Amino acid sequence: MNTTLLLVGILVLAVGTFSLRLAGPWMRTRFELPERAQQVMAVAAVVLLAALVATAALTDGHGGAGIARPAGVLVGGVLAWRKAPFVLVVVAAAATAAGLRLLGVP
Amino acid sequence: MRSIWRTTDPGLLRDIALVCLADGVVGLSYGAISVGGGLDLWVPVLLSIVVFAGASQFLFVGIVAAGGSPIAATVAGLLVNSRHVAFGLAVSDVIGSGWRRPLGSHVMTDENVAFALGQDDLRQKRAAYWVCGIGIFVCWNIGVVIGALAGSVITDTDVFGLDAAFPAVLLALVLPSLRDKKTRTAALVGSVVALAATPFLPAGLPVLLALVGLVFYRSDKPALDAVR
Repeated sequence: MNTTLLLVGILVLAVGTFSLRLAGPWMRTRFELPERAQQVMAVAAVVLLAALVATAALTDGHGGAGIARPAGVLVGGVLAWRKAPFVLVVVAAAATAAGLRLLGVP
Repeated sequence: MRSIWRTTDPGLLRDIALVCLADGVVGLSYGAISVGGGLDLWVPVLLSIVVFAGASQFLFVGIVAAGGSPIAATVAGLLVNSRHVAFGLAVSDVIGSGWRRPLGSHVMTDENVAFALGQDDLRQKRAAYWVCGIGIFVCWNIGVVIGALAGSVITDTDVFGLDAAFPAVLLALVLPSLRDKKTRTAALVGSVVALAATPFLPAGLPVLLALVGLVFYRSDKPALDAVR
């Protein structure tokens, strides 16, 4: 494997990722945003996180994620909705998925 | 920084610690998978320090270990990380200015952004963001080094259900924001769009497409031009 090319790839990914992360704060200091736009920015972050939840829970690569993982996330989601403690939400989600897999559910 | 610890309540610290721990375990698997795939130790370790974005790192080492071009791996990684632009716009005040801006930007993850959005006032948001961000950075990197050194200790975190735990973490953290009906509609539409696009588009793009859900975010005032 070409080590130089690999190193360049890593560094470009690092600089690029850092720039993407810095872009938001940088733009916010350059341009004064109206209240309404600031509100939309916060909603945009929620929309992205929700879409991450949906895709991470239900898909794997370009296909489906099976049954165990969505079931685990569903259990965690219901517990969170019922205002269960955060730790319980996380542990229940993981335990459900792990338990189902132990039983042979994909 | 000391004031951050004083503002953070023990319950929140415990929640953050749990997420950091889980991230550390995923780091273990990432390190082990990378070295197991034939990459030198420095590759996953360097990526974790200078890129520090889990999903893009998995993608990068996956492509390179399979014999793919590092350029393709870089492009794929950048695509996955593009959502950070929107996160940065949302948490700019939380990160702060001066030296805090580059440092706080580097430790930006889905988890600490979600933790910050879930807090009520700016002090709490700052505390949650910074403690979670630095905590994940430390745990993730320690996990990666141990995983890469130890090799095949944990390569499949699915056995522990961690693949279900992470969506559940984010879901629990955004749920309070989703109690607002307009936000919920936008998030729902966005999620459906992302799911529909997943079979056809490269990783990263479907989640970005979810932003079309914002079109359905209507305010009481007709100021739609601000959305675009």
